Amino acid sequence: MARRASPLMPRLAVSAVAIIVSTPRGGISTKGAGKLYFSPNLAQDCDQRSDNQGDGDKMKSFKHAALAATLAVGTVSMAQADTVSVGMITTLSGGGAGLGVDVRDGFQLALDMAGEHNIRLVVEDDAQRPELAVQIAERMIQSERVDILTGIIWSNLAMAVVPSAVAQDILYLSPNAGPSALAGANCHPNYFNVAWQNDMLHEGAGAYANELGYENTFIMAPNYPAGTDALNGFKRYYEGELAGELFTQVGQTDYAAELAQIRASGADSIFIFLPGGMGISFMRQYEQSGLDLPIVSAAFTFSQDMLPAVGAAALGVFNASQWSPDLDNDANQEFVAAFRAEFGRIPSLYASQGFDTANLILSAAAKADVSDRDAFRQALLEADFASVRGEFAWGPNQHPIQRVYIREVVEVDGEITNRIIGTAFEAHSDVHGENCNM
Amino acid sequence: MTLALMLEQLLNGVQFGLMLFLMSAGLTLVFGVMGLINLAHGSLYMIGAFLCAAVAGATGNFWLGLMAGIAAAAAAGALIEVVVIRRLYDRDHLDQVLATFALILILSEGVRMVFGPFPLYLNVPDMFRGTVNLGIVDYSLYRLALIGFGLAVAVGLWALIAKTRLGIRIRAGESDREMIAALGVNIRALYTVVFALGAALAGLAGALVGAIQSVQVGMGEPVLILAFVVIVIGGIGSIKGAMVGALLVGVIDTMGRFLLPRLFALFLDTSQAMGVGAALASMLIYLLMALILIFRPKGLFPANG
Amino acid sequence: MDNARKEWGLNAILALVLFAVPLWAWLANEPFIITLATRVAILAIAAVGLNIALGLGGMVSFGHALYLGLGGYVAGIAAHHAFNGTPVLGLAGTNQMLPIWAIAMLVSGAVAGVVGALSLRTSGIFFIMITLAFAQMGFFFALSWPAYGGEDGLPIFMRNQFPGMNTSRPWDLFVIAYGVLMVALLLFALLRGARFGAALMAIRQNPDRAAAVGISPFGIKLTAFVLSGMLTGLAGAMMADLTRFVSPAMMAWTMSGELIVIIILGGVGRLFGPVAGAAILVGFEVFFGGLTEHWKLWLGLVLLAVVLFARGGLIGLIAGRARHG
Repeated sequence: MARRASPLMPRLAVSAVAIIVSTPRGGISTKGAGKLYFSPNLAQDCDQRSDNQGDGDKMKSFKHAALAATLAVGTVSMAQADTVSVGMITTLSGGGAGLGVDVRDGFQLALDMAGEHNIRLVVEDDAQRPELAVQIAERMIQSERVDILTGIIWSNLAMAVVPSAVAQDILYLSPNAGPSALAGANCHPNYFNVAWQNDMLHEGAGAYANELGYENTFIMAPNYPAGTDALNGFKRYYEGELAGELFTQVGQTDYAAELAQIRASGADSIFIFLPGGMGISFMRQYEQSGLDLPIVSAAFTFSQDMLPAVGAAALGVFNASQWSPDLDNDANQEFVAAFRAEFGRIPSLYASQGFDTANLILSAAAKADVSDRDAFRQALLEADFASVRGEFAWGPNQHPIQRVYIREVVEVDGEITNRIIGTAFEAHSDVHGENCNM
Repeated sequence: MTLALMLEQLLNGVQFGLMLFLMSAGLTLVFGVMGLINLAHGSLYMIGAFLCAAVAGATGNFWLGLMAGIAAAAAAGALIEVVVIRRLYDRDHLDQVLATFALILILSEGVRMVFGPFPLYLNVPDMFRGTVNLGIVDYSLYRLALIGFGLAVAVGLWALIAKTRLGIRIRAGESDREMIAALGVNIRALYTVVFALGAALAGLAGALVGAIQSVQVGMGEPVLILAFVVIVIGGIGSIKGAMVGALLVGVIDTMGRFLLPRLFALFLDTSQAMGVGAALASMLIYLLMALILIFRPKGLFPANG
Repeated sequence: MDNARKEWGLNAILALVLFAVPLWAWLANEPFIITLATRVAILAIAAVGLNIALGLGGMVSFGHALYLGLGGYVAGIAAHHAFNGTPVLGLAGTNQMLPIWAIAMLVSGAVAGVVGALSLRTSGIFFIMITLAFAQMGFFFALSWPAYGGEDGLPIFMRNQFPGMNTSRPWDLFVIAYGVLMVALLLFALLRGARFGAALMAIRQNPDRAAAVGISPFGIKLTAFVLSGMLTGLAGAMMADLTRFVSPAMMAWTMSGELIVIIILGGVGRLFGPVAGAAILVGFEVFFGGLTEHWKLWLGLVLLAVVLFARGGLIGLIAGRARHG
């Protein structure tokens, strides 16, 4: 066994590096550290699998898989000289998996719809654990040699990964998390947030709570950077009294103690930020608790990834969002139709953010060579792509300035989904940009 | 802070404690009779929850799901006992810890392979939907039913051990293993039955809790650690100890998380009090366990004297 | 004698391979392989620490992640304050590895002293459980104490410095970790060969007889437990610098389990057992993790097979049974 250890180590290089395979559509798919993504589209999936296996054996004869990867791209796609390597670290297992899967699917869909392109994508599951995300980022930078990192869902994981990655001259494009620390003093030319700064949608919820006449709201969020940002964002615009303020644990599944405190607080309404599995668990227990207070929220807690599991309990809830499946613009209608055709479900806002992120990268890759970081950053700043949210503009801290809508959870043709009923802010930007000196 | 809030939190603590008791009872039986530390007990809890969610989802009937969950956990327990655990009875605790740690890896990954990485959600059975009025507070009917279930199982377990032939053998096995083998009891079969019984209780707990929370891979481990705290506090091998320990842990944990931040808020500002209070509250039961072990190294109700 | 020679040969090969592979990677410009080798070395240091308590002293500590995490947080907190230029407990933060290591060992040693003094009153499963309880206390404290990131963990933006080395280069960091590992192994070998080690092993094998010949089990065991915690704490400080990140996960009970797994895979009480075990664990994760998403299933099966059929671990498999029990 010990003597075998020596030949084993070089082979690690092969297994740890993504192997690139051409797909029938002409796009580039990847098979990397084993935790990679296969499209649920079955026909394509089978093709990819067989291709992967066929090429996988050949690949093993290469001593350096990184070299092999370059060769494969050179011979297969050959249209562009320079491939953009994108590492996606996202949550694909556990209570937060719905969000990561949607970001990944939206991103992949944009690549598929673009047809011929020069993006190499490696996807890996962070299981919503910061220490794991840090390790994956290190491997993607050192072993996969990615140019761009993206995909992180949770702000605490973003805080662990992003500062060190951008310092190593890796571009980071956030498709979801937007912690205030990275929007203000710690902003960085290599960090672009394609979704929103965390506070933004909660500010919309706060403003709308005033409009609804709520005067005594109980507010609650998980204890991590996005939770703090959520409560701060809500309080920045909300003018009524607070019946209570609670931080819960990240990933918490039992909310009996919180429900008891809400019941005892005499609140007239509730504001919650509980994305993914947390929101599902909370809403199901809320339904059983006998409490019947109106809920106002941001899109995260009433997003399409969780509405089927929450069911009728969510109907009538108002939530603030920069995007909605019924948003009426060409890019969005095309996206929603293609997503439904490909995956058989309505896209969530996470899917829309993944889709926009991929299209932003594609637009920059068409203009600039990624190895010239200055030029590529400039191309990203031009934002020359059709965002599914409509107009897209960068603020000074490289976070979007955008319209914030109010949506209502409704049932349409037997499906529970969101519908836009109004606008909270036009051209809204976050408050942290003024602390950013780039 | 009202009386109604205190009562509701107390009920939450008791409900949590009784679910912990279902977990701990199997763990403590297995240690008491076979002298085995089973880290994989949390995996049986997970299996019960997954099978219940899958069958209830497919048939639309919670009770069928519950039966399936219990049966699957018991079957998995029996299988594990025959294939692996049986070889560990004569080994030291280190080997037992490691082998059952390996079983956690295998079972968690196996469940992930079969059911996928997404959480499953179980619906509360229709007859237990909504709330019930307890005079000063409305309380979730299902949580109240969980308290009832937990107490019923406790009584049933007591009857099983005190009144039946199987119970006599279990008690004999706890006090003198060689003796009952010499008396002609099929000790191998007894061990398998005891292990499967413990597994069924864990599966029952998983299925019951799964209906209000979410059913996901890894759900068993936090509960497993708490169940160990329970049986160490109560005295390993003692069902009575497990009951007392479970209620202590359930109530102290729930009330600690609720009251400590308020206590600190009396002399710290709110956000500091929330932080310090939450930090201390989450350590409280481990502090309790360490204190009990220091002053009563064999727990509150040491088995076998 | 033959087995002992085989074991020494195997040890030499392990030491050589652990140096040669990253050296090759350095020349071939494969920084990730160097990072992996550094992880192996640091995990091995932690496991050498645990091996003092578990292998020599027979104390099954199911809470050694506590010391790993304490060391990690010492490094993280010192670097955090050095980076922000703020004092901690009236002292300035530091970004120098050597003083950080000293503090990490002091802190984890002190905590191990308290935990050991209380836990050694118990034995058997109760010892396993009480060490677990103390580690869980640390875990939940780190998880919910907001000052240093709580659940989010604490990033280290700049690696701490070592005189004469550039720690941001993977190769330099590896050389440091390898050097410390060799010193730790030397220490373990000296300890095992000394009167102290003999007394410790005598207590493990027969506490009553040891007491009869005038050895105080409590004092010796406690000393071993403290040394063990200190070494694991040192590894924690280095681990924090390797990953540039500290989080409560370093104190999780699964981490304690992994440390035990490393020792078992390599061989309990063997000098190079931790090195072999750490290499197997990391290699398994990277190699099989590259082949299948479900590599943990296979790790579980291998671990189960080792416990059931190959109790001596890798070194026992190759070099045969140890001379001493």
